[in-house]
Amino acid sequence: MKNYLNVITAYSIMLFLIIMVGIFQSWSIALSILNYCLISAVMTMGANIQWGYAGLINFGIMGYTALGGLAVVLVSVAPVPEAWSVGGTNMLISLFLIIAIVFSIKFILKKYKNNKYRNYLISLVIIFGIILIRVVASQGIEAIESVNPAKTGFLGGLGMPVLFSWLVGGLFAAGLAFVIGKIALGLRADYLAIATLLIAEIVVSIIKHEDWLARGVKNVIGLKRPVPYEIDLQTSSWFINMIEKLNQGKLNLINSVTEKRDVLNQLVIDASSVYVKLCMTGFFLTVVIMLLFVTQKALYSPWGRKMRAIRDNEAAAGAMGKNIVKEHLLIFILGSAIVGIAGAMMVTNDGLFTPGSYRPMRYTFVIWVMVIVGGTGNNFGAILGGFVVWFLWVEAAPIALFLINFFTTHLDDANSLKVHLIESAPYFRFLMIGVGLLVIMRYRPKGLIPEKINVK
Amino acid sequence: MELLNAIILLLNYTIIPALTYGSQLALGAIFVTLIYGVLRFANFATGDMMSFGTMFAVLLTYYFQSIGVGLGILPTALITLPFAIIAMIFYMLFIDRFVFRYYRVNKSAPVQLAMVSVGVMFVTQAIIRIIIGPFDRRFLDGEKFILKASEFKEMTGLNEGLTIKSTQAITVVITIILVSILFWFLNKTKTGTSMRAYSDNEDLALLSGIDPKKVVMLTWIIAGFLATIGGVLYGLDKSYKPFVYFNNMLPIFAAAIVGGIGNPFGAFLGGYVIAFAEIFITYAYKKFFTYLLPESLAPDTLVQLLSTDYKFAVSFSILVIVLLFRPSGIFEGKKI
Repeated sequence: MKNYLNVITAYSIMLFLIIMVGIFQSWSIALSILNYCLISAVMTMGANIQWGYAGLINFGIMGYTALGGLAVVLVSVAPVPEAWSVGGTNMLISLFLIIAIVFSIKFILKKYKNNKYRNYLISLVIIFGIILIRVVASQGIEAIESVNPAKTGFLGGLGMPVLFSWLVGGLFAAGLAFVIGKIALGLRADYLAIATLLIAEIVVSIIKHEDWLARGVKNVIGLKRPVPYEIDLQTSSWFINMIEKLNQGKLNLINSVTEKRDVLNQLVIDASSVYVKLCMTGFFLTVVIMLLFVTQKALYSPWGRKMRAIRDNEAAAGAMGKNIVKEHLLIFILGSAIVGIAGAMMVTNDGLFTPGSYRPMRYTFVIWVMVIVGGTGNNFGAILGGFVVWFLWVEAAPIALFLINFFTTHLDDANSLKVHLIESAPYFRFLMIGVGLLVIMRYRPKGLIPEKINVK
Repeated sequence: MELLNAIILLLNYTIIPALTYGSQLALGAIFVTLIYGVLRFANFATGDMMSFGTMFAVLLTYYFQSIGVGLGILPTALITLPFAIIAMIFYMLFIDRFVFRYYRVNKSAPVQLAMVSVGVMFVTQAIIRIIIGPFDRRFLDGEKFILKASEFKEMTGLNEGLTIKSTQAITVVITIILVSILFWFLNKTKTGTSMRAYSDNEDLALLSGIDPKKVVMLTWIIAGFLATIGGVLYGLDKSYKPFVYFNNMLPIFAAAIVGGIGNPFGAFLGGYVIAFAEIFITYAYKKFFTYLLPESLAPDTLVQLLSTDYKFAVSFSILVIVLLFRPSGIFEGKKI
């Protein structure tokens, strides 16, 4: 218990802060902050597995998040039959062609091991394949995108339950991580960082510009949710009765019947949004607790010990007969899969998929700040990092506004400096995050809750 | 005649823009490579440092315009360059003193320094946005074109026009001057040699009496020149927008790695490799082939390898290919 005192204190402070937001701003805002904190926590757990357990630096978090989001669209949206009938065959042939190219490259690599023309042959296959795919796909793409472009213009998904897509998001991300890991894991740490950053950028640009897949920058809105809709709640009698019962005291003070009904209506509208968010929180909390349980078990298992050994001294671990390449690839895939799940959760929470919003600043660097601030190699630390940094990220603007007003009270309201500062209040979040990162790296390089190695 | 038309077409739409863009990337890539070679970390604040220097140039340009100082046909930004460079160097030395030096003295791992540079990136970005805002700004004044398409057509009687913007000429000329001075400095002067020695083998350099403080300071000073000039040239040619500068960091990194990180000459060429590849692969050759081929063979599609949406993806794919086959870059890296 004593060992966990700092963890408990840190989490209590965090919870207190969120409750304060609930009291002073609104419960709806507090819950949406909490939901995003939980999603961020899942992302940081993924990044922490890679960086904290194995020392692999992965700046491609944005790519996995986007793939997770894509999974939600591809799994849960209802299929568009017209699009399938006009262009489906072409796209299927293209998919088949891609698979054929991959296998022929594998075949060439295996068959002509020592042939000096091997690389030329491979590039020939790739170039020829790309041209062929372009010819086949371009007609299909054109046909698909012209099917009711304002609303669909894409193939649609499978129409399955949205919760299933979280799993698929993880699988997508794992697949991407397998490919990237095969390509880039042999690189030195900083090369790996740059390579993953750039590959993630490629992934996002493909999602952005292939409109037939998920409408690209035209966005997909109105995605399914695992929770009821506010509108349905507001008209269902059990919910209204429940709210009436909960607010009995308040309602009894009002005498007039019409006024009473108006107040009740307002209460129901507010409560419905809170209720929906609470349901989401329930789902997210389940995921976080499940992942926390599994990762904690893994961390203290022989496998976790092996990973730490590889992280701390690669050469020695290799000499002891551990297969470093394989373990690195495995942990790269596992961590990325978790990030993919988080990406799917985020899109489900928002109810819309906006490929244009995936930017490295928000989805790679901020997540990394969370991991470093929270504590590398410690799952509780990583989750706390997700909470703290996300909370700062959201609340930075109000805090900055308050501080600016406080320090410039003696200035006139029309003072140009004051006006300028107030206008740029949103950008203080970058300043806070940056300074926070620098301070933590300098004075507490192991993070708020440092890694503790006490093997049971 | 048809052949000439085709050549002018290529020159106008691919080669000249690629040369300009390549020069801008090359300056950034040399900046990345110098920091990597001497200070031994990947600087993720590259794009924002370039943006920071440019911000000074933009603000000073507005100031000079308001008091009526200008260079006539040349952009006012050129007079502001020295001031912006000095401000930039002070900022860099300040950051080095209070942020990077601690980790250098403690001999931290390069990854840790890279993470610290992410922190610097956040702070720099915040300062820029607080001072100048996130908006798109144009600060080019003076003559816009050296050669206009219509004039060229009149002069030669060809169908295709050739446009040379003054910013394109300025970019290429300044890059050539700056890079030649830099290579002369690194290869011929004693201070430059000591820098190369320090980057090659730190311990040996210390033994032979090279002052590491001086080398580090010099590196930041050169970096200040490169970052500011590269940023201002890009801003003059396109426009100044902080977010775009942050994004430019990615092709710049690609250029530095393709050229062999730590090798300034490689980085210089890497910039052009990336720029030419991006523009050649995404250019639609339809008109080009219409000029060259007989009418019956003229293509009816765009003859474009990849759509321009994938401009960035091209440079990153090149990077991935280079990393796969020659991890040390096309030109041997890790030397300066």
